[in-house]
Amino acid sequence: MGILDSKIPSGPLAEKWTKYKNEIDLVNPANKRNIDIIVVGTGLAGGSAAASFAELGYNVKTFCYQDSPRRAHSIAAQGGINASKNYQGDGDSDYRLFYDTVKGGDYRSREANVYRLAEVSGNIIDQCVSQGVPFARDYGGLLDNRSFGGVLVSRTFYAKGQTGQQLLLGAYAAMNRQIHRGKIKSHTRHEMLDLVIVDGKARGIITRNLITGEIDRHSAHAVVIATGGYGNLFFLSTYAMGANVMAAWRTHRRGAFMSNPCFTQIHPTCIPVSGEHQSKLTLMSESLRNDGRIWVPKRLEDAQAIREGKLKPTQLKEEDRDYYLERRYPAFGNLVPRDVASRAAKERCDAGYGVNKTGEAVYLDFDAAIMRYGSEKALTSGLKNADDAHIRKLGEEVVEAKYGNLFQMYEKIVDENPYKTPMMIYPAVHYTMGGLWVDYNLQTTIPGCYAAGEANFSDHGANRLGASALMQGLADGYFVLPYTIGDFLADDIRTGPIPTDSEEFDKTEKDVLDKINKLMSAKGTHSVDYYHKKLGKIMWNKCGMSRNAKGLKEAIEEIAALRKDFWENVKVPGAADDKNQELEKAGRVADFLELGELFAMDALERNESCGGHFREEYQTPEGEALRDDKNFKFVSAWEYKGKPKDAKLHKENLIYENIELKTRSYK
Amino acid sequence: MSSLIKSSIARKVVMALSGLFLVLFLALHVTINLTSVISPDTFNQWSHFMGYNGLVQYIMQPVLIIGVIVHFVMGIVLEIKNTQARSIKYTKYKGAANAPWVSRNMIITGLVVLAFLGLHFYDFWVHEMTYKYIESNPEDPTRYYTETVEKFAPIWRTVLYIVSFGLLSLHLWHGFASSFQSMGLNNKYTPSIKSFTKIYAVVIPLVFVFIAIYHHLNPITH
Amino acid sequence: MKIYLKIWRQKDASSKGKIVDYTMNGVEGDMSFLEMLDILNEDLISKGEVPIEFDHDCREGICGTCSLQINGRPHGPDRLITVCQLHMRSFKDGDTIVIEPFRAKAFPVIKDLIVDRNAFERIQQAGGFISVNTSGRTVDANSIPIRKENADKAFNAAACIGCGACVAACKNASAMLFTSAKVSQFALLPQGRIEASERVQNMVRQMDLEGFGNCTNTGACEIECPKGISLENIARMNREYLGASIKG
Repeated sequence: MGILDSKIPSGPLAEKWTKYKNEIDLVNPANKRNIDIIVVGTGLAGGSAAASFAELGYNVKTFCYQDSPRRAHSIAAQGGINASKNYQGDGDSDYRLFYDTVKGGDYRSREANVYRLAEVSGNIIDQCVSQGVPFARDYGGLLDNRSFGGVLVSRTFYAKGQTGQQLLLGAYAAMNRQIHRGKIKSHTRHEMLDLVIVDGKARGIITRNLITGEIDRHSAHAVVIATGGYGNLFFLSTYAMGANVMAAWRTHRRGAFMSNPCFTQIHPTCIPVSGEHQSKLTLMSESLRNDGRIWVPKRLEDAQAIREGKLKPTQLKEEDRDYYLERRYPAFGNLVPRDVASRAAKERCDAGYGVNKTGEAVYLDFDAAIMRYGSEKALTSGLKNADDAHIRKLGEEVVEAKYGNLFQMYEKIVDENPYKTPMMIYPAVHYTMGGLWVDYNLQTTIPGCYAAGEANFSDHGANRLGASALMQGLADGYFVLPYTIGDFLADDIRTGPIPTDSEEFDKTEKDVLDKINKLMSAKGTHSVDYYHKKLGKIMWNKCGMSRNAKGLKEAIEEIAALRKDFWENVKVPGAADDKNQELEKAGRVADFLELGELFAMDALERNESCGGHFREEYQTPEGEALRDDKNFKFVSAWEYKGKPKDAKLHKENLIYENIELKTRSYK
Repeated sequence: MSSLIKSSIARKVVMALSGLFLVLFLALHVTINLTSVISPDTFNQWSHFMGYNGLVQYIMQPVLIIGVIVHFVMGIVLEIKNTQARSIKYTKYKGAANAPWVSRNMIITGLVVLAFLGLHFYDFWVHEMTYKYIESNPEDPTRYYTETVEKFAPIWRTVLYIVSFGLLSLHLWHGFASSFQSMGLNNKYTPSIKSFTKIYAVVIPLVFVFIAIYHHLNPITH
Repeated sequence: MKIYLKIWRQKDASSKGKIVDYTMNGVEGDMSFLEMLDILNEDLISKGEVPIEFDHDCREGICGTCSLQINGRPHGPDRLITVCQLHMRSFKDGDTIVIEPFRAKAFPVIKDLIVDRNAFERIQQAGGFISVNTSGRTVDANSIPIRKENADKAFNAAACIGCGACVAACKNASAMLFTSAKVSQFALLPQGRIEASERVQNMVRQMDLEGFGNCTNTGACEIECPKGISLENIARMNREYLGASIKG
């Protein structure tokens, strides 16, 4: 096992967590009052963890860059949260949720962690309901469920298209209760700039007050990193503009290993890029693929005419359209998993069949669904001889009832009516499965430093299933960390407060100040966004939906060169001791410029295709992903060694005792 | 309870209750006034009753005066607080885009109505007090009609009446239905309350105006 | 298109601010309003000037961070959206656009167009929660059925994104819509009823302490709310508050 000890408890899979909880050390309530915990990031994972720690009696300090914990990007999750409640009686169980998650992740996640996730999933729903989260209900007053991609049961709980928002507000309310009690000290508009390690343990952080620019020292007995994913590496993504890797990356630089950085989820149904000015991509719920048919023109000249505005999609005859997903995957059709759908769209656009002015869009057409629903409606309404126009009208009403808010959002952004002309969609970066390496306790390779939620790598393998991100964030925060952190803190009951005037704090603060000064003093010519956009283009073109060794090698070189240029030529206006959004961005992009290189190295190292990682060299003759379980059934964990190119790879071999590894097929 | 008095919601409820009380009083007032057009004798009888009945004089009249004062003082207090809540004003503020003029200018309509009330008190109430308690004139149950009609002889007073009741109408247009919202009533009856408010806010001032014009056009000829 | 901008610039909380004029050329209708400001900022940086600070994050209308008063209206001229969802096609060539921060004594300006909305935080902290612990050892989620109608109303109230447009729109800078949305969400659910009296009193007390104005039922908040939170919630809060105060 070497340096990576995953600390998976022994015993049968279903009993591991219970047994483990019975055996770990506890801290008695009186002692908890003497122990401080820092939580960085206050989304679902950080917010729920902070509230739970405070509930147990620890003194908690939270930090977030937003002006309120309620604004963390967990809020933007639309679809729902999975739980193996089996309220629908359709045969769901902890094992099935576990199995679906491991399989969906293309067998690159840890069995014990995923099983624990499934095991606590039901409790999450109980907890949230008791906190007043207004989940959707049926007319009998009980909770409603819907089904999501890649599974055979209905286990997704939801609150309209705003499930993430409602769950986050639940965790935020739990935090507020503890802030009110004085158990949580909340620091908003603060950004963590570095981790302080004392005697080999994480004992504090250095932060910047984003309003005043003040650099502060905060000490604690343990530090939890819950700062989300790093998809903004691509510049254009569905992430919030401020989402960044800074806390995780600086933790990595202090010794925490970074796992599977190349595992990125690219979501197939996003609104395409409209021009150079674009700052952000908007996701349209995956549920649209239940009724929309995806196509591009069959003939290149038609695609060309459409791009030039000479031809309208509605004028194209049925036989001139290529419903490529239905053609390639007759069994699953438009409902193939996210990674497969995304790659197929890219393949068609790369071949020249894209349908918007940038050539990077495919159609998502509701015409067939409208007519189908319309006919059904006409039949059930007793209309025998309804004409096409009437049927269409009835069908549009049905579609509006199901997807009205999404259609409205699309029309707002694109200025086209999706009831009358097909939607245009294109894949966009949406989630990162990779993150800080953690053991079963969610502890990183630095003792006392934990990672939760999207910031860690633990549960989704190479591809995440829909409605599982919310589940993992809350499981980590409410039900896993509160137990496992006690095992570490039990040794700290006599430690007393950690002083912030130590040599370690002095040194770390100096590193931080040096870095800021270096950024401020670079008298360059280009803005931070200039570099961020360039990095994004390299990432998207060479480390995006499909990768090959040549492109990845080029990316490594190009990113290193861009990083060098950045440090010499970036221009950060304003002052360091002031509200300065450009300085904030500069620090974040500096880290992305390092992570990007490691990302490409990780992708280059993994000579197989699995989940969101598709290497063009490793595919079947039909163009499907070719996994290599013999050589790559491991978690990569990179150790920082100064420069990204010097990073050292460690491998945690994955052991499957309860699941048989199979090839995913959607034909 | 003490926190209740200081709270913003309680102040709003005080505004609502005192306002509703004045709304009710208006109905009574207009009914009596209307008799002056229909039957001078009935008007005299009712006015005399109001002027000399102990319950009306010593209980209802003070309550009414307190109601007016509370509504007015609280309105001013709230206005000051509300102005303070935005110490730096917008350079550009498009209030008309999201709220009707009447709802945003209750203080203006209210102050005009208040000024009118001053005149009204001077005309009738001060006159009554002087007549009854200072000059100690004997009871005369027939004087009210003549005195009232004579008040409307000058055109300026009649015009002032019309203008003031126009503004009262605007004040009622928002205030009446709004008081239900302040007291926590917003349900399936709300649309009906709003419709009734609009009718009430137009009809009541219109009747007052009609009476004023009627008496102005039909002076008493001796 | 060509757009004339009049933007509030203020160095920090204690400085006096002023409106500064900018002219933008080549604005496209497909640009979002914030992307237009991004381009203006790029331009300012290249000229060696300090860019305009404004709050924004998710850029998809859900986080509630963006907060601009555009031509006298919070989140601009369109209804049911936040600034980040506003597109330049809502304006025409040659338009002048005035951009200011949300104004309220309780929302002091931090810099340029950024305001401090911690008053909202403190209102929530005063009682915007249900006092259950986070052990997960509560009753089963389906053990208390909730009428669909109430669950839906609670959801509609809970959809508030805490952006502050209600305060910005209100002529009195009142925070009643915000506060009542949270009070309503919990008041409508059986789990929240248990502490309903204390909650409404504590939250209203904090709201008053923060220096927000009083509600005069103009309804501006409801019109400008990007999530369409209903005035019914204010009535419900008034009702809850009176009931709670009388009960003592």
